[in-house]
Amino acid sequence: MEITLSPLSPSFSKTFFSSLYELKDGERIRTCLQCGTCSGVCPFGYIMKFPPGKMIGALRAEIFDQVIKADSVWMCISCNACAAFCPSNIPITAALMTRAKEEMLLAGNIPAELQAAMENTQRYGNPLGESPRKRADWTAGIHPEVNILSKTRQPVDVLWFVGDYASYHSRMQPVTKAFAKILNALGVKFGILGTEEFSDGDSQRLAGERGLFEMVAQKNGQLFKKYKFNEIITTDPHAFNAIKNEYPLLGIKYPVRHYTQFLFERLEQLKPLMKKEVKAKVAYHDPCYLGRVNGVFDEPRALLAAIPGIELVELSHQRMNSLCCGGGGGGMWLDGFQWEKAHTRLSEWRVREAMAVHADILAVACPYEPPRFEDATKTIEGAGQLKVREIAELIAESMEV
Amino acid sequence: MSQDIFVVVEHLREQVADISHVMLAGARQLSGSTGGKVMAVLLGQNTQGLANSLAADGVLYVDHPSLAEFTSDAYQLALAGLIQERSPRAVIFGHSSIGMDIASGLSAKLGFPVVSSCRNFTADGKFVSQICGGKIMAEGELPAPTALVTMVPGGYKAEEGNQPPAVETIAAPALDNLRISIKQYIEPDTSDVDISKEAVLVSVGRGIQNKDNIELATELAEALGCAVSASRPVVDQGWMPTTRLVGKSGKRVKPKIYLALGISGAPEHVEGMSDSQVIIAVNTDSNAPIYNIAKYGTTVDMFDLLPVLTDKVKQAK
Amino acid sequence: MKIAVPVKFVPDLVEELTIDSGGTALDTSWLRLIINEFDDHAVEQAILLKERGGGQVIVAMSEAEGADDFLFASAAKGADQLIKLTGDFSASNNHALARAYADLLKELQPDLILTGVQAHNDLDGSVGPLLAEYLGMPYVGYVSGLTVAGDKVTVRKEYAGGLIAEMEVNLPAVLGIQAAEQPPRYVAYSKIRQVMGTAKIEERVVADLDLSGGITVSRMFQPEVAERATMIEGSPEEVADKIIGILKELGTL
Repeated sequence: MEITLSPLSPSFSKTFFSSLYELKDGERIRTCLQCGTCSGVCPFGYIMKFPPGKMIGALRAEIFDQVIKADSVWMCISCNACAAFCPSNIPITAALMTRAKEEMLLAGNIPAELQAAMENTQRYGNPLGESPRKRADWTAGIHPEVNILSKTRQPVDVLWFVGDYASYHSRMQPVTKAFAKILNALGVKFGILGTEEFSDGDSQRLAGERGLFEMVAQKNGQLFKKYKFNEIITTDPHAFNAIKNEYPLLGIKYPVRHYTQFLFERLEQLKPLMKKEVKAKVAYHDPCYLGRVNGVFDEPRALLAAIPGIELVELSHQRMNSLCCGGGGGGMWLDGFQWEKAHTRLSEWRVREAMAVHADILAVACPYEPPRFEDATKTIEGAGQLKVREIAELIAESMEV
Repeated sequence: MSQDIFVVVEHLREQVADISHVMLAGARQLSGSTGGKVMAVLLGQNTQGLANSLAADGVLYVDHPSLAEFTSDAYQLALAGLIQERSPRAVIFGHSSIGMDIASGLSAKLGFPVVSSCRNFTADGKFVSQICGGKIMAEGELPAPTALVTMVPGGYKAEEGNQPPAVETIAAPALDNLRISIKQYIEPDTSDVDISKEAVLVSVGRGIQNKDNIELATELAEALGCAVSASRPVVDQGWMPTTRLVGKSGKRVKPKIYLALGISGAPEHVEGMSDSQVIIAVNTDSNAPIYNIAKYGTTVDMFDLLPVLTDKVKQAK
Repeated sequence: MKIAVPVKFVPDLVEELTIDSGGTALDTSWLRLIINEFDDHAVEQAILLKERGGGQVIVAMSEAEGADDFLFASAAKGADQLIKLTGDFSASNNHALARAYADLLKELQPDLILTGVQAHNDLDGSVGPLLAEYLGMPYVGYVSGLTVAGDKVTVRKEYAGGLIAEMEVNLPAVLGIQAAEQPPRYVAYSKIRQVMGTAKIEERVVADLDLSGGITVSRMFQPEVAERATMIEGSPEEVADKIIGILKELGTL
């Protein structure tokens, strides 16, 4: 871990520093105490050559080009723990880490997996590289039929922004169907964008592809403008975050809620429909962009608690201090890279925590999580019995829809 | 003008490439509808002996120092004259590093159309080409009077002849002003296999259970002369190096044969290998998604199958 | 050193392909086009050469949906000149395309021409060797690395099984690229957008295409899709025999 103190290009550090000031609360970076909290709370801080605190130090020493040369910023999964615990309220994830990734990307220093996800988003509108024509294929077999707005052009109460993984991933499609059935059972008048929908772009943005994010955001914005609805809901916390916090900065302003908030509002209507017991000890994992970033902690827990038979237990990392599944900020597309550096996965830590509280089910509320945690249950000894279920799946199971 | 089918024999370093035997089998079938003979065209220097294994009615052999090693320059010059002089009904090349270097150039030079990626011929002598990654087949009349064809494997079994065919030695034309020369051959680096370039992969997944069992897969791969690759859990465990990883976070591979041992077929893995020509899945779980993309499957326990298969491969060699 | 890279688009295999009502061609109304992956490598290789030894990179392609985006992305990577051939290419084949490129390249007089070794929709030969013959230049395909020295280029030509032949080729020459020395790079979308504002695409009209040397397709069809794997039943011995059969059938044993 050698760090040369002689600046190679102080002007780069200065330019970079001043680019941070242009971001919201960016000037707060001056108030850094170098307390090291960020580097300590960062799940991968111990392995980074330049953990967040040291990055700020490098900025001050005007040796930030060394940070860009080292590739440790690709260990950042934008979980926002650093920013949440920073006593100086510095937007470490939103400003420093994301800007640093932008520089990495402009310099062409990008792991191949991440490159493929970016190229796929550019070309197909989703990072998985799936055909955009198949984006609504998951709707097959659902009754009443899912209202696809480009086909029906009917005004609806709720526009459901489905998102990438919920639309395409084979593990997530059953969850997506389950949620559609719940909406149908509740009599919600909803519609989806279908094959027109683009990636929300938030993880691409947090992985440094600002331009690409703006491109897909504007395309989604055009679609929102085309149809009539009162609010947007989504099962994807990343889409939720993008539409809630980032799209408005581009002039795309719509009310949006995560599905757990939407269902919580209808809990009294939901309760009598949940008849079947789901006898299990359930631990809830707070998704970073639902909980820590957007403050939604209670609604998912209330929904779980309302399912007959479920006993809720808490994980050691919970709520504000939740531990990332490892998929955020481009982590979904950095698996190989991060494994090579760390030889561990955050999802595995989390599964061990669930085992420690003797949970039968690890409940989640984000489409990135079931595949990640399920993979982890396969590699951790003794975790084979632990089930990973999306809240929507558990509700649908109890409703027998 | 004849009805003969020429096959330009591919060989490198005293070895006839397999595709040559496939082409001869294709030519044999085609000659049935055209009524001509199957003539192997062998270019080289002191390589006449290679003619013995060819299942052809005759061999046209051209010997010249400039043909000692393959270069498109010398091969094209030598073939152009021969094709013009003999006017065969078709000339078949491999759709390969050798055949593709010369077939199109000859088409441009001689004005004869060239058919690419021909997999087989129909009973009435039409070509059937395999394009778009095997998703589309294109059929048509073989262009007349002479068609040039590049052939992919898959349509015919490679078969060697059982007796040496008659060899007619053809005088080489002047092979002057050549613009390409060979400097050296570089042997494949076996210390670091590039799995994306392997024609066959023996790939292991979680079902391999432990590091010691990988030896079973390695033995089979050694017998086949191919490489072992792996899915993520196996690499994560440190049982195989990352260079062997197939899938989203590893390499994308498209071998002719992908033998998936104990691989369930998660989308992250499938992304890296679904372009394989033939996937053979060995998995005790008959519901494993790998069977949705595999061409063949078996639920036989791989630990029972592997030793037997390795022995049989060794015998077949 | 002037390096020209003529490229072409091919059907994107991510999308389902369908046959048109005539039954002899792909249904273009549902077709999405994408850069031929080997051509993408050819562009990367040209830019690597430029970065290494200086020079000028020209990328040329025929008109198609998405052509401008591809050309701009090439410029963002480092290409200096962008050329688009315009005209009716709907009935085009590789012979016609190679002739059109030959006309263009006779005028541009590059020292080196790099193009993808093949494309998955090639039906009448590949563009590289056709072009070489029309230009009277030597051609080597399956190239995965090259070094230019004076009026010669030394190439690494790949054969099956990983064997590589090092060949020396007189310039000017056409090379069919199998793989660039490093995978095609990523350019941030913001860079592409920037280039769109500054780079120019030169358009050249190709009046009529000479299709001779091409072939005629009388029937196009999709091979039967195996729904699920054909299960091989029996004892380990029987299963092994069947697998040996498959290995032999594909010429891998």
